[in-house]
Amino acid sequence: MPRRTVYEAKVEFVQILDEDGGFDEKLGKDLISDEQVVALYEHMVTCRELDEIAFKLQRSGRMGTFPQNKGQEAAAIGTAHALIKGTDWLVPCYRENAALFMHGLPMHYILLHWMGDERGNEIPPGVNITPLCIPIGTHMLHAAGIAYASKLRNEGRVVATFFGDGATSEGDFHEAMNFASVFQAPIVFLCQNNQWAISVPRESQTASETFAQKAIAYGMPGTQVDGNDLFGVYKVVKEAVDRARDGGGPSLIEAVTYRLGDHTTADDARRYRDQAELDAWLAKDPLIRLRKYLETNDLWDDQMQTELDEKAKVIVREVVKTAEGIESPATEDLFNYTFANLPDGIITQRDTLRTASIGQNPAQIGLRTQRQNA
Amino acid sequence: MTTTTLDIPAPDFTAPLPPRDGDRVIQFRQALREAMSEEMRRDHRVFLLGEEVAHYHGAYKISEGMLEEFGDKRIIDTPISESGFAGLGIGAAMYGLRPIVEFMSWSFSLVAADQILNNAPKMLYMSGGQWGCPIVFRGNDGAGGQLGPTHSWCVEGLFANVPGLKMVIPSNPYDAKGLLKAAIRDPDPVFFLENERLLADRAHVPEQEYYIPFGTAARLREGDACTLVSFGRPVHFCLEACDELAADGIDCDLLDMRTIRPLDIDSIIQSLAKTNRIVVVDQSWPFSSIASEVVTQVCEKGFDHLDHPPVRVNTEDVPTPYAANLEAAYLPNPGRIVSAVKETLR
Repeated sequence: MPRRTVYEAKVEFVQILDEDGGFDEKLGKDLISDEQVVALYEHMVTCRELDEIAFKLQRSGRMGTFPQNKGQEAAAIGTAHALIKGTDWLVPCYRENAALFMHGLPMHYILLHWMGDERGNEIPPGVNITPLCIPIGTHMLHAAGIAYASKLRNEGRVVATFFGDGATSEGDFHEAMNFASVFQAPIVFLCQNNQWAISVPRESQTASETFAQKAIAYGMPGTQVDGNDLFGVYKVVKEAVDRARDGGGPSLIEAVTYRLGDHTTADDARRYRDQAELDAWLAKDPLIRLRKYLETNDLWDDQMQTELDEKAKVIVREVVKTAEGIESPATEDLFNYTFANLPDGIITQRDTLRTASIGQNPAQIGLRTQRQNA
Repeated sequence: MTTTTLDIPAPDFTAPLPPRDGDRVIQFRQALREAMSEEMRRDHRVFLLGEEVAHYHGAYKISEGMLEEFGDKRIIDTPISESGFAGLGIGAAMYGLRPIVEFMSWSFSLVAADQILNNAPKMLYMSGGQWGCPIVFRGNDGAGGQLGPTHSWCVEGLFANVPGLKMVIPSNPYDAKGLLKAAIRDPDPVFFLENERLLADRAHVPEQEYYIPFGTAARLREGDACTLVSFGRPVHFCLEACDELAADGIDCDLLDMRTIRPLDIDSIIQSLAKTNRIVVVDQSWPFSSIASEVVTQVCEKGFDHLDHPPVRVNTEDVPTPYAANLEAAYLPNPGRIVSAVKETLR
């Protein structure tokens, strides 16, 4: 027979909680306890509050740039819920704040980072998160490397890495997927397909029917999930995490979601996308959907919502206060950490900057006054 | 925790180095292999990855026998994917392992530029000292093998511009071993540049362990007529030139820099104070080259010692030619070095 099929594949789509609040009992039964769903919803609302406040901080000149997360909280929270905090590693890009907080990052770190302070990337000890990665996709290889290193050490840890639909066009995505699969590294690739890479729509990013199917070429499972469905995301990520922990290697998950905000505060999405498209996705907002679920199951009412909204405001107000209360870094931080042990030349540069040279003192060129002991 | 990458004790650099003379003559490539193998036996976190390094023993046979000794978990053949294995190595280094990443040629590292230049040297800085990147990138650098314009890169001028990395360019087997061992023990990313033309060079290499500290030049010839500064393969051209000049009664002070970052500028200035003349020999393009940097620092720090403008001997400022004769004309050679030294004495 001159021609025959040598490989066939299928890609599954998973949805448990649909946009009308309908729940697939078969897939979703006993998946997340009522108590946990309530807690996750509360976290989701708090993260949304932080997101909105961060936007306002930027607009009022109190923050440099901020990439809003709104609309994508279910993908972040569903993923983080499937990880073991303190054991597993989370290798982020920059639009999954809710997952970082669940995995142990104090909320003010994110604000501090986007306020233009590198110390927002100084992850506290014991928190298994790497610094935010702004160049698109370069961190996926680090995630594969961390997973491989952990595998070599037989630690039983799993790595989850987030990236967007645009990042799948980077060579690093393919190289990371290939390495992870060849080396059977314990890692979950979580693609947040939010339909837009700044102004480039998903259709211009790939000719593939799905992003999930890109897994097939690398010999790993690929699954598409409704990214605004907390239950669906948790289910598929949990399966992938368990498989990785059991030595089953990597997985790719495409969480289909939508960037309800602009790419960052430096962008205005109204210039390139239709209001009708946005409106359709606003109706699929994971917050609305989860609240419907809670109300249907008698786990939530208006009174609780009012209390939660107030609580979220108080929490976020404190977080902003903490972030804004942190003093600017000392001038010597400009040089510190260039090398593990500072060479003499850099020490000289540092000492010169601190003590002399008109025009080189930050106070003299209009920057904020540095710490006295700097 | 992340800080585990920074808690490695430094080697004892105060220990006296073993004699350079002896009869344990091995090839440059064997010295490199010995350095890696010794460190891998000492530290289970050290591993080697790259194209063809395991079963094929490396494109230049540097890792011959290492797969057999250390197994395929530590000597790792990778897909043809430089950015891939460079980034994977960086992740593993961040996590506390001590990867050695072999680029078959530094020319091929250009497709991994973001990983090696935009990630590795900045990771510690960006994370406020939390994520070290103790990694060695090594491979062949420099023209001379008729590999044409795209495969004959001298990356030192381009890459040394980046703060946060260290750069080593050994010229002989003895230094290769001591410097590579120091590189593997170093807490920062080290770019280790080997030259294919030198890999079969033979010299005495002590069997014992020794570590050559970075930022210390080696004085290979003593003289007071002119200071000659070089590193890597052109050091050998300088040695030939020194012999030729000595026959004319001109004795040069020849410094082999061994590391570019850090640069032992103090030794250069000390020598210049004696000779008052300097020629810098560098096998990369002249514009923004290491030679330019050396000359700049000489002007900044030793201007009053100069009796003649500093002279650079670089390649010609063109892409590396393919033809053997053109390539030879393009590279620095002993004749050009002799002329340059004589020019400073006019």
